[in-house]
Amino acid sequence: MFRRTALALVALGLVAATSSCARSGPDPAVADTSRGPITVWLSDNAQEIGWGNAMVADWNRQHPDQKVTARQIPAGKTSEEAESASIIAGNSACLVFNGSPASVPQFQQQAGLVALNTFPGAAAYIKARTGARAAQYESADGEFYQMPWKTNPVMILYNKKIFAKAGIDPDHPDLTTYARFVAASKKIVSSGAAPSAIWPSPASDFFQPWYDYYPAFIAQSHGQPLVKDGKPQFDSPAGRAAMDFWNTLYRDKLAPQEAYPGDAMAEGRTAMATVGPWAIAAYQGKVDWGVMPVPTQNGMPADQVHTFSDEKSVDMFTACKNRLTAWDVLKFATSEQQDGKLLSATGQMPMRTNLLGTYASWFARNAGYRPFADAASRTVEVPDVAGSIDMWQEFRDDYSRSVIFGKQSPDAALHEASVKISKILAEY
Amino acid sequence: MSTATATAPRSPAPGRPPATADRRRRFLPRVGHWFVTPYVVFLLVVFAYPLLYNLWISFHRFYFTAPGAHVPSRWVGFANYRDVFADPVVRKSFVNIGIFLVINVPLTVVLALVLAAALNAKLPFRGFFRAAFYLPYVTASVALVAVWSFLFGSDGLVDKVLGPLAPDPSWLVNSTWAMPVLAFFVTWKQLGFFVMLYLAALQNVSGELYDAASVDGADTLRTFLSVTVPGVRPATTVVTVFAIITGSNLFTEPYLLTGGGGPADASVSPVLVMYQKGIEQAHPDFAAALGVVLVVLVVALSLIARRFTEKGD
Repeated sequence: MFRRTALALVALGLVAATSSCARSGPDPAVADTSRGPITVWLSDNAQEIGWGNAMVADWNRQHPDQKVTARQIPAGKTSEEAESASIIAGNSACLVFNGSPASVPQFQQQAGLVALNTFPGAAAYIKARTGARAAQYESADGEFYQMPWKTNPVMILYNKKIFAKAGIDPDHPDLTTYARFVAASKKIVSSGAAPSAIWPSPASDFFQPWYDYYPAFIAQSHGQPLVKDGKPQFDSPAGRAAMDFWNTLYRDKLAPQEAYPGDAMAEGRTAMATVGPWAIAAYQGKVDWGVMPVPTQNGMPADQVHTFSDEKSVDMFTACKNRLTAWDVLKFATSEQQDGKLLSATGQMPMRTNLLGTYASWFARNAGYRPFADAASRTVEVPDVAGSIDMWQEFRDDYSRSVIFGKQSPDAALHEASVKISKILAEY
Repeated sequence: MSTATATAPRSPAPGRPPATADRRRRFLPRVGHWFVTPYVVFLLVVFAYPLLYNLWISFHRFYFTAPGAHVPSRWVGFANYRDVFADPVVRKSFVNIGIFLVINVPLTVVLALVLAAALNAKLPFRGFFRAAFYLPYVTASVALVAVWSFLFGSDGLVDKVLGPLAPDPSWLVNSTWAMPVLAFFVTWKQLGFFVMLYLAALQNVSGELYDAASVDGADTLRTFLSVTVPGVRPATTVVTVFAIITGSNLFTEPYLLTGGGGPADASVSPVLVMYQKGIEQAHPDFAAALGVVLVVLVVALSLIARRFTEKGD
């Protein structure tokens, strides 16, 4: 009896193993030319959900035979983790409206993304809508595995009341240079206006440099990405200047080394934050805010300062069985009309050329968003390279050790990071 | 008489045909198998298969792909293990776990036993205290981490009470103190569970032993050391092994309380590295090798702890 039970269990195991090896996805030749119902995933941002549901309702009214269902991205520590897990399980939505460009090389390697160039006119459509910035979203093989969708150009949002309390002109703070920024930060802390000047997350997550070092480096280097033509760009005078700027803020205890268990800006625990236009809606009624560009060593006019895009793309996944419908929905969701609705609902900038001209009346009514719209045309993306996440994690580890916690000289750490990242890029 | 009844040879019950008795005799042992089968299947599917698959992955260049994507997984021998041992962050994570276990395990065993002995005595509000110690164990780590962040932050309650004696930089961003704070946090959080284990074990310690100790003139401490401690030795083995296993799998606390293993990897743990490498950076082969190393280490530590706690039995 026991032998028979054991045999039955072994048979069960073999069936399970065989079935897991025989997993199959949709036939691309069929899926690429099929129309029908699809599912799309949205982020958990309340304004984006509102826009997404309205967009889907608009589509469904016009296309009752190709019904679209909108859902939130399944819960995970990050949406990228949930997307990666869904690729492996083969149950991704057709479209995800929250793709991080840094994850695209990894999703490509997992054979999880559909190259949008598969659809006639796709590359031309993306380039016409996004302009020259579209090149940053093209993969090394010349394909677009993502549709650049919306950007949150990173700028410095500041609390006018705290500035006034510290004796800084809240309407014209003029903190364009590192020296002025540091001097103002010292005033904020020494006057007791706020316990800290600026409070970026000191956590070790690979994506944290996008909100402290990377915007400063991009601004100082006049728009260089972290890596160009397979070579790290930050072990340079511009990279070292940006590193020294942040190191000064930590060393002089103007930026805390600890993570704040809440929103330091909203709770008045800090005077400034590196954020995109999404923050305006988030801080509405909580912070009397002003906005200024990321500082540089010697200062430069606001209309010349480049910054990090904090862009989110729309990705089409290979689990999609009705890809023609998905492509049509993608074009519909990124049309001039829907982009206008997205801007109006979320305050985030569609990846579209001439934003200020196209939506002039909206910007006239919402002047606070104009600096972000202006900066949107000078945004720089994370490099689209294989090993992207490894590279950012390595950078963050070296940055944390030296700049935040002072365990190593920042210059030495920067050089070390450059050498290690070159090695990572060479391995892929 | 009773012995004779118990050992009497089985015979068909009066009035029941022999065929029924035979069927019953054949069926009864099978019932046991059927009862045990669901758990065996569960073990095979949830533990054995993933463990063997993990072992297989650790010897191959491997990454997860979408269904239908055929990517050959090349045999690489011990290359993933070499990468694991060559990684300074991994080595640091094992040192950190060593520090954690040295603080957490003895503290857990001693505090849980002392508290269980105290809660086993007739105390006023005993039920309240039992529930109070158990509460952190059933509360979500995320909520408790937020409370501890406020307590141990640079302007938190602990630093305010300590004044100039508080460390600089503060606890959670201090390379020396980050890991001990995590060890104290986990000890406090898990204590209720281990107190319950000891309370259950204490119910099996014979009252006669305490009476005998009392007659021999033993004081409270001597009674505790000579009767209670040996009496709950099997529970001590369980508590020690459990504490080693949960401590070695440390993840949530360094991820949330010290900002992902900070400052500068001072509180990074092997499971946190597995998460970064396996999930975030899509290197399941490296993570699998690290997982195997961790399993071997935990098994070895558990066997040593078992031998140590059962010494003299």
